Amino acid sequence: MTPMPSAGTPSPRVEKITVMQALNRAMRDAMTQDENVHILGEDVGTLGGVFRVTDGLTKEFGERCFDTPLAESGIMGFAIGMAMGGLRPIVEMQFDAFAYPAFEQIASHVAKVRNRTKGQVSLPMVIRIPYGGGIGGVEHHCDSSESYYTHTPGLTVVAPSNPADAYHLLRAAIASPDPVIVMEPKRLYWSKAEVDLSRPRPGIGKAAIVRDGTDATIVTYGQSVPVALEAAEVAKREGRDLQVVDLRTLVPFDDATVMSAVASTGRVVVVAEAQGFSSFASEVAARVGERCFHSLAAPVRRVTGFDIPYPPPKLEKHHLPTVDRILDAVDSLQWEDQ
Amino acid sequence: MTPRTPRAKATSASAQPSYDTESATLLPTATPIQLVDAEGNPSTAETGNLPLPDDAALVRAHELMVMGRRFNDQAGALVRQGRLAVYPSSHGQEACQVAAAMVLGDQDWLFPTYRDTVAAVSMGVDPVQILLLLAGDWHAGYDPYEFRCAPTATPLATQLVHAAGLAYAAKVKGEDKVVVAMCGDGATSEGDFHEALNFAAVFKCPVIFLIQNNEFAISVPLSRQTAAPSLAAKGVGYGMPGKRVDGNDVAALLAVMGEAADRARRGDGPTLIEAHTYRMQAHTNADDATRYRTAEEVEPWVARDPITRSEAHLRSRGLLDDAAVADLKQRAEEMAAEMRLGIGKDRDLDPAELFEHVFAKPTPQLLEQRAQLLDELAREEATK
Ligand SMILES: Cc1ncc(C[n+]2csc(CCOP(=O)(O)OP(=O)(O)O)c2C)c(N)n1
Repeated sequence: MTPMPSAGTPSPRVEKITVMQALNRAMRDAMTQDENVHILGEDVGTLGGVFRVTDGLTKEFGERCFDTPLAESGIMGFAIGMAMGGLRPIVEMQFDAFAYPAFEQIASHVAKVRNRTKGQVSLPMVIRIPYGGGIGGVEHHCDSSESYYTHTPGLTVVAPSNPADAYHLLRAAIASPDPVIVMEPKRLYWSKAEVDLSRPRPGIGKAAIVRDGTDATIVTYGQSVPVALEAAEVAKREGRDLQVVDLRTLVPFDDATVMSAVASTGRVVVVAEAQGFSSFASEVAARVGERCFHSLAAPVRRVTGFDIPYPPPKLEKHHLPTVDRILDAVDSLQWEDQ
Repeated sequence: MTPRTPRAKATSASAQPSYDTESATLLPTATPIQLVDAEGNPSTAETGNLPLPDDAALVRAHELMVMGRRFNDQAGALVRQGRLAVYPSSHGQEACQVAAAMVLGDQDWLFPTYRDTVAAVSMGVDPVQILLLLAGDWHAGYDPYEFRCAPTATPLATQLVHAAGLAYAAKVKGEDKVVVAMCGDGATSEGDFHEALNFAAVFKCPVIFLIQNNEFAISVPLSRQTAAPSLAAKGVGYGMPGKRVDGNDVAALLAVMGEAADRARRGDGPTLIEAHTYRMQAHTNADDATRYRTAEEVEPWVARDPITRSEAHLRSRGLLDDAAVADLKQRAEEMAAEMRLGIGKDRDLDPAELFEHVFAKPTPQLLEQRAQLLDELAREEATK
């Protein structure tokens, strides 16, 4: 959808960095390149954010990375005005559930201003939201809120699962003429990988087949990707060859990659942490059902969180998709008909 | 590229105003500032030590008010003819409407609400284009950048935060820009009103918040919105001056708004202005005001009409005569005729455009859906 921007001053080298460092680097490179890029949020300044994703940026860029009063709707509305006034704001929401006060600004304005004005006003802004559970967080710190945004026309929604995608998708989000929601995989902030950030990656709107397999396809995104990959490892030992698709972008949805992957195996499990009812995982299942019915050997299965408010830390392990639950779903894909 | 050192700075703790000295200066006057009384004579009430605006400004304001009143009347008529879905009239509030636009220069921005179409027209927005929303053509009908006028906002108070943000952008870019953000008395109860004022004050944004206190939010009176001594008194809570002004005295409005604009341009930050006015008509044509207020309540406000007052004042000072009044009436009639012509005719709408502006580039899914709709329409056409 958006052409990939090139990194600040790319010197090809492989390095081992975390998702958090990749996000930080993306903002730093973008701010170095374009003085109109500003970051705003709660504790993003001197502290560097509660997760330290903006660490060092205030030191380097001064008030271009700034703390605001504690008011999420205000932050979002202020960023809208900043974007109208010619800046490219990056908003950090401190946690998934604390973005809810900003929802009116997001649903009524961020998503609609371009359409309302027939493209005369565009809002090149980025909304970063650390999402998901599995970190022992108490209530309001572990929601998977992506479906609220994917259900809102006008919002581009990306969900990286590794440092390279975190860097490149955030760069692409900052360069986009449209508002982009970046669902940051909170549990994976500290996970490392060897990356060469100067190497381009597929842009917004492109899914990736992160593991080839012939027996069944797991479609997933964000912090469920490593769980799906682990499930595929275990399945291999048990004699099943699973393909894993990392969606990377939720909106716009990469139908082409997903449908051709599904057609190649004929069996699908969709995996996401969010409660399943009326969720993005359900949209994926519905699309596959509508478009790939004749290549399917079994009904599409979803492995998602239960339809309950996010559980307390001591019980969250029962809620989150696990390797076993994914494999149980794979087992149920009518293999006896083969 | 070396990053520009931004000029925006949050007020540090040590710069907090001292309670005794500063807070008193932020409080509004006990009664609204008035420069011209209801009969058009120099006011004997609180003037806030403000001088009368110059003659040219007063004449210009009068012209814009007369045009604005005609705009309101014509839009109301277009609703009755079924050409507009609804119209929230600013009849009786024209002084606020034109003053909001008049204090703004060529760089400055207005953030209006659904009731502020006359303010937008006073900014130069085409009277037909601004009604396209209510005519049902599209959600906004004019280019905000051309007129430096944001789309009229419907979700209450949400636009106030945008105004503060745009003012902030201007400040960090070193642009000389002042922003006027408008809302009603009811909207002051919304969380975004609070957040906008707080952000604007903390970052010293060059923005003026103009509340038109017309005493009603649809059916709900001001007493249900706040227990504060006045809406302007809320300014001190944010560290910005609050001003009360007679909202039917265009001279006072121009003076108070002008002072606030100067303050914003100097870099001294935002001002909260409460204009005391009255909603002369129902909330919209779809509303029945007899369910919540009596004719006796409305009656006294007829004598305080902003246009009769301004006309009396200008005539008494020899700034307006019968010929000028007739000429103005003629111009207003020409605008009304244009509105009837523009809104009265059916315009071609392209259903494919529904998919055009959701994103900068339509997604594959939207292209599919557009093709589906166009196919449906083609088949419908074929069977005609
Ligand atoms: C967030 C939100 N809630 C409710 C409404 C419905 N609504 C439209 S106008 C209005 C009354 C607003 O009153 P006030 O702010 O005093 O402005 P006035 O209409 O009197 O100009 C209401 C409740 C809305 N537009 N937005």
